[in-house]
Amino acid sequence: MAKVTSAIQEIVSSKDLPVRLKEDLISTFQELDKVTKTQAQSIATEVELVYLRSRVEPLEPVGTVSAQSIGEPGTQMTMNTFHYAGVAEIDVTQGLPRLIEIVDARRNPKTPTMTIYLEDDYAHDQEKAYSAVWEIEASPLISLGTISTDLEEMHLKINLNKKTLITRGMKPDQVAAKIEEKLDVNLTRKGHKIIVAPTTTTFRELLQLVSTLRTLVFKGIESIDRVVLRKEVFGDAEGEFVLYTEGSAFEKVLKIEGVDATRTTTNNIHEINQTLGIEAAREAIINETKSTLDGQGLDDVNVRHLMLVSDMMTSTGAIESIGRHGVSGTKGSVLARAAFEVTVNHLIEAAVYGEKDDLKGVTENVIVGKPIKLGTGDVSLRMRHGSHVPPGLKKKSKPKPPPSPKTPDPTTESGQFTFKLTDLPGVGPKKAEALSEAGFTTLESLSNASEDDLCALPGISTSYANKLKSTIETLLKQNKK
Amino acid sequence: MRTIQTPKEIKSITFGLMDPDEYREMSATKVITADTYDDDGFPIDMGLMDPRLGVIDPGLECRTCGQRAGSCNGHFGHIELAAPVIHVSFSKLIRRLLRTTCRKCSRILLTDEEKVGIKENYKRASTLILSPETVAKDIVRMTKKHDLCPHPDCGAPQYDIQHEKPTTFYEVQDVLSIDYPNLILEAMQPDPEDETSTGVSPQELSELTKMPLDRINQIISGEFRPLEENRIAIQKALKTNLTVKDANKLMPSEIRDWFEDIPNDDLELLGIDPIHSRPECMILTVLPVPPVTTRPSITLDNGQRSEDDLTHKLVDIIRINQRFMENREAGAPQLIIEDLWELLQYHVTTFMDNEISGTPPARHRSGRPLKTLSQRLKGKEGRFRGSLSGKRVNFSARTVISPDPTLSLNEVGVPEAVAIEMTQTMIINDSNMALVRLYIQNGPYVHPGANYVTREDGRRLKVTEKNCTELAERIEVGWTVNRHLIDGDIVLFNRQPSLHRMSIMAHEVVVMPHKTFRLNTVVCPPYNADFDGDEMNLHALQNEEARAEARVLMRVQEQILSPRFGENIIGAIQDHITGTYLLTHENPSFNETQALDLLRTTSIDELPPADFVGDDGIERWYGRTIFSELLPRQLDLEFSSSVGDTVVIQSGQLIGGTIDEKGVGAFGGVIVDTIFKKFGSNRARVFINEVSGLAMRAIMHFGFSIGIDDESIPKTAQGQINEAIIDAHQQVATLIQSYEDGELESLPGRNELETLELKIMGVLGETRNTAGTIAEQNFPDINPAVIMAQSGARGSLLNLTQMAAAVGQQAVRGERINRGYEDRTLSHFPRNDLTAPARGFVENSYTTGLTPTEFFFHAMGGREGLVDTAVRTSKSGYLQRRLINALSELEVQYDGTIRDSNNRIIQFEFGEDGLSPTLVSHSSDFSINVSEIAQRVLHPETSPPQVEGVGFSVRSGGPTRLSEHDDSSKGGN
Repeated sequence: MAKVTSAIQEIVSSKDLPVRLKEDLISTFQELDKVTKTQAQSIATEVELVYLRSRVEPLEPVGTVSAQSIGEPGTQMTMNTFHYAGVAEIDVTQGLPRLIEIVDARRNPKTPTMTIYLEDDYAHDQEKAYSAVWEIEASPLISLGTISTDLEEMHLKINLNKKTLITRGMKPDQVAAKIEEKLDVNLTRKGHKIIVAPTTTTFRELLQLVSTLRTLVFKGIESIDRVVLRKEVFGDAEGEFVLYTEGSAFEKVLKIEGVDATRTTTNNIHEINQTLGIEAAREAIINETKSTLDGQGLDDVNVRHLMLVSDMMTSTGAIESIGRHGVSGTKGSVLARAAFEVTVNHLIEAAVYGEKDDLKGVTENVIVGKPIKLGTGDVSLRMRHGSHVPPGLKKKSKPKPPPSPKTPDPTTESGQFTFKLTDLPGVGPKKAEALSEAGFTTLESLSNASEDDLCALPGISTSYANKLKSTIETLLKQNKK
Repeated sequence: MRTIQTPKEIKSITFGLMDPDEYREMSATKVITADTYDDDGFPIDMGLMDPRLGVIDPGLECRTCGQRAGSCNGHFGHIELAAPVIHVSFSKLIRRLLRTTCRKCSRILLTDEEKVGIKENYKRASTLILSPETVAKDIVRMTKKHDLCPHPDCGAPQYDIQHEKPTTFYEVQDVLSIDYPNLILEAMQPDPEDETSTGVSPQELSELTKMPLDRINQIISGEFRPLEENRIAIQKALKTNLTVKDANKLMPSEIRDWFEDIPNDDLELLGIDPIHSRPECMILTVLPVPPVTTRPSITLDNGQRSEDDLTHKLVDIIRINQRFMENREAGAPQLIIEDLWELLQYHVTTFMDNEISGTPPARHRSGRPLKTLSQRLKGKEGRFRGSLSGKRVNFSARTVISPDPTLSLNEVGVPEAVAIEMTQTMIINDSNMALVRLYIQNGPYVHPGANYVTREDGRRLKVTEKNCTELAERIEVGWTVNRHLIDGDIVLFNRQPSLHRMSIMAHEVVVMPHKTFRLNTVVCPPYNADFDGDEMNLHALQNEEARAEARVLMRVQEQILSPRFGENIIGAIQDHITGTYLLTHENPSFNETQALDLLRTTSIDELPPADFVGDDGIERWYGRTIFSELLPRQLDLEFSSSVGDTVVIQSGQLIGGTIDEKGVGAFGGVIVDTIFKKFGSNRARVFINEVSGLAMRAIMHFGFSIGIDDESIPKTAQGQINEAIIDAHQQVATLIQSYEDGELESLPGRNELETLELKIMGVLGETRNTAGTIAEQNFPDINPAVIMAQSGARGSLLNLTQMAAAVGQQAVRGERINRGYEDRTLSHFPRNDLTAPARGFVENSYTTGLTPTEFFFHAMGGREGLVDTAVRTSKSGYLQRRLINALSELEVQYDGTIRDSNNRIIQFEFGEDGLSPTLVSHSSDFSINVSEIAQRVLHPETSPPQVEGVGFSVRSGGPTRLSEHDDSSKGGN
């Protein structure tokens, strides 16, 4: 391994290259046995040249290209909701519906789910991992025991399950305290049996109490209905416990002990935006779209396209949807908005506010019939007036004037080429005479003649006429040159 | 010289509201008659079809501009409305203005302090490209706080404005109840529930309200209506309410008067631009009548005229308007006047928009709702999306497509009938004069002919059979000729749906007989075309700039790489892949005649030295050697093929491995991809053309067909498969048994039934796989279906399994079939039967044939697929439209940033590193291989040369005929 001298470092850093490519360059130099300064210089220059050549060209309409690159595979996606890769227990919206959901920037995805990673000691210890699970999964009363209504006594009997309470790390008096805290009831507890009676003993109150008790959450996070614990093996490591949830509460989960906040994610982009900020949300949109496409076997879509969509959605600092209520609805141009959706409303609003359309975008210019200011429509040439001639164009030998200024009349035989009927294959003096008698003296006149005309002449069969026509045509073509 | 109007360019469009005076000023005539034509069929003067409004009948002259139908755009007229009428579309805004301005002095309900900073907010909104609506909403909220006009010189109380959709406004006021004496007396009585209260005597009331006693008595007796202030005092004293809500209808004329007084400054505070749009214009006093040309009448076959919907609506408006005026002049009662007013409002409303909720739509005699102004603009077929954004063009053709492997991928076969109709413009000069003469002489019906000649003064002469010879003599330098399409012209070729940029590509014309467009099969993937009746469109380009652009940017060979995944999308498909597979897989050898025959469609016309001499003393060449002839000499590659072996190419020689889909296929064939990236588009084009040519010869040499016998398996294998299926049935039975016994342990988060279903699905899926494997083992490697599946040419092993072994489980909604009758799928099965056959497992194969129940289940699964496709196309189409609309304005700038048309930066560098997605393969993180470049620089002698011809590829152009012999013989044109 060769040492990379500071001079070489200097060369690399002076190049107009992305960081990753510079690192690549340095490591290549390290691997090479010996690199002289001049060699390094020429390699770096070459890399730079290749890089500059593979850059996107200025004025390229990358937006449209990216939109097409995401939209086109959309036609190949499925509409069905399938199971999450590997986790058969949790249903996650996939395919086209999910892609639409992301692009719409829906506040509440149809199937919110989180992937929770744990910190080192939790990730490898099943017991500890489970303790995190119970901190996260909501424990409503129905999961802790049974509720029965006693209509005679006008009260409810709650029979707590001992085993579940132990696994979830809860005590019966905690449950009782929580009920007393949240509801206005008369409560008596005997071991694992709790009797609850409404303060006003009406039948309706009692039934209402049942339904509120059912949904009361005693431990965990309310919006997370289910947590599945799985051992995942990443690379060569021994594997670690990862939690998958049904329901999402990003901010709350991150605060729970043992959760690795650096890797944990949710599929609710708005939650990420609220807790981690817009840059994280941008990243989340990229990841979510990427994994949706990957899940459909469309992993060949270049991430750069997803990045652009994501950047477009987040460029204002808040998440904007692609469509009428977001990016397209807030466009500057009245005509562009009117041409997209809700045509009339946009026009009316524009009239009231006295809006002005500067016709800078694409749709507006299509509408008024001007060239679009994108790509080749965005460059213009200006002619330098005066005598200056760019050096490259100077004194290039002037094209010689055509030898004969008078264009030859193609109808006369004295044209560019001399032509005798006997030159044609298979035309002897006899046929030549017959042809010229019929007025066919030139190639042109022959080519204009129909086969039937030729057949009518003595000594010319239909097949011969056909042959003659084709040879005349090839001859004519050659003569044009 | 040609008379050309000074070209004008629209720089910007400002929107606003128009004044009644403006309407009158631009009006060509006032319209007062509700009729259109008189009995003789002539338009009635000052009627709706007045000739001053423009002409639609050919031959007539416009009375306003003197032009004829076609060149006269038409002129507006106007109707003087008998009474002001509200423009429906603005009703929301009218409500807002009524609520935010004073009913007396019309000024905005804000104090001077509150006004501070509002205008800056609007300015900021406009620099941030936000709608002024966002700021205006805040202002509305602020004005709500004021019950009284905050202006010291006014102070008038404000009332709530009620809006009854669509166009009625009420002012809700508190007025004294008619029953006020009783209400007062009631309040003066002692409270019956409170024994301490004694009630209020008139004397006490007099003291409390500081009113004289006799006045109090008068009020109580109902002789005197208390004044506003007195009423308030009494209410206060008695803690009662003497008022009732009274909704007072605001007539449009009142609203108009109100709005007229709103000062410009206050309008600005509401975000309204007072210069372009005064609010009183939202209440119409004059109705503009659109020109006749926008509502042309159609003459039916029987000579009757059928009027446009808009004309019908205008007739209604004028009729009611007349009646209104007559009634008013006759002094009709207020009630009748108001009814007519409402009717007029209705007609004007539906004239603007006939889809207002709560208003019955105006209907045609036949019962069809009329299509009025809003409906004309709206929606996909509306003016905006249908006519303005989607324009129809000339110089286009459409017909069925069919394949022609003898064309180059850059070419398109154009039927002569099309070539004759579509023209290209040539400007005559000295050097093309002779050629142009030939074209003109041929006339319009003989193929390389001409259709029109345009003289220098702009006169256009049609070339006819009669005048063509004479015209050919008359042409001069400087004239232009519209000649037929000929071989080598560049045209755009398109297949809908145009989902990506490769859906429109530029091809070179080859004029051909017959009636279809012909294209090489290798361009099917980018167009997503097949030949089962697909049609495609062709567009002839009309100026040199467009032709040059098409040639440089849009030619098929420039589109070989897809920007979606950065690899080639054009390459060998189907039989081409089978062909190369047969040629290279077992590396067969060929004698000289055979070898030359294989290469006959390529540019190779000399064989390399023979690989070996056969036992019979005849020189022989290997398939791989022949394939190598197509490769660039400097190509070095190593990759694994679809078949699974490693393909090694050294210095353009195929050393080992099978050439199949991974190598030369569309969608990322490594060889094609590498050739394009290393040697440029020309070389890639040549390679694809030649590979497809070679492959076609190869598959013809070997012969390749598939029939039903190729999918039948020996009895022994069928026996094994049957065993596997019987075994599966048993497994399913045990699973069901354990489920029924309640012994099945459910998976986390699933109930027992779901768990059972999952497990059965697993077992049955496994069974099909085993069946497939058994079948596969019994197929020889030369089985055509196997060859196609392995080489990636067509089909998969699953298809083969379904044909030969078992079709497998049919699913609806990702589950086994469980719908149909009560507790069972079909009446052929007992209730609650969970076994495989009862739930859609097809154990037969397509060759053995399905049982009736299996067939039915298979149809259920198949139908779901069809429904899914139908739903998906519409959904993904909308997604695509939205994406394109949102991103269409983004462009890379010279500094590398991505900006929209307002110069807002969206990205600083495309994709964070500025690399083009077309040139970067999705699979490799980074397309630039630094160590390879280093090797090349350090050892220049062993490394391949640089990419040929950076820059305009047309320069190195020349014709692109399939047979690349032509390149050398003809040279550049």
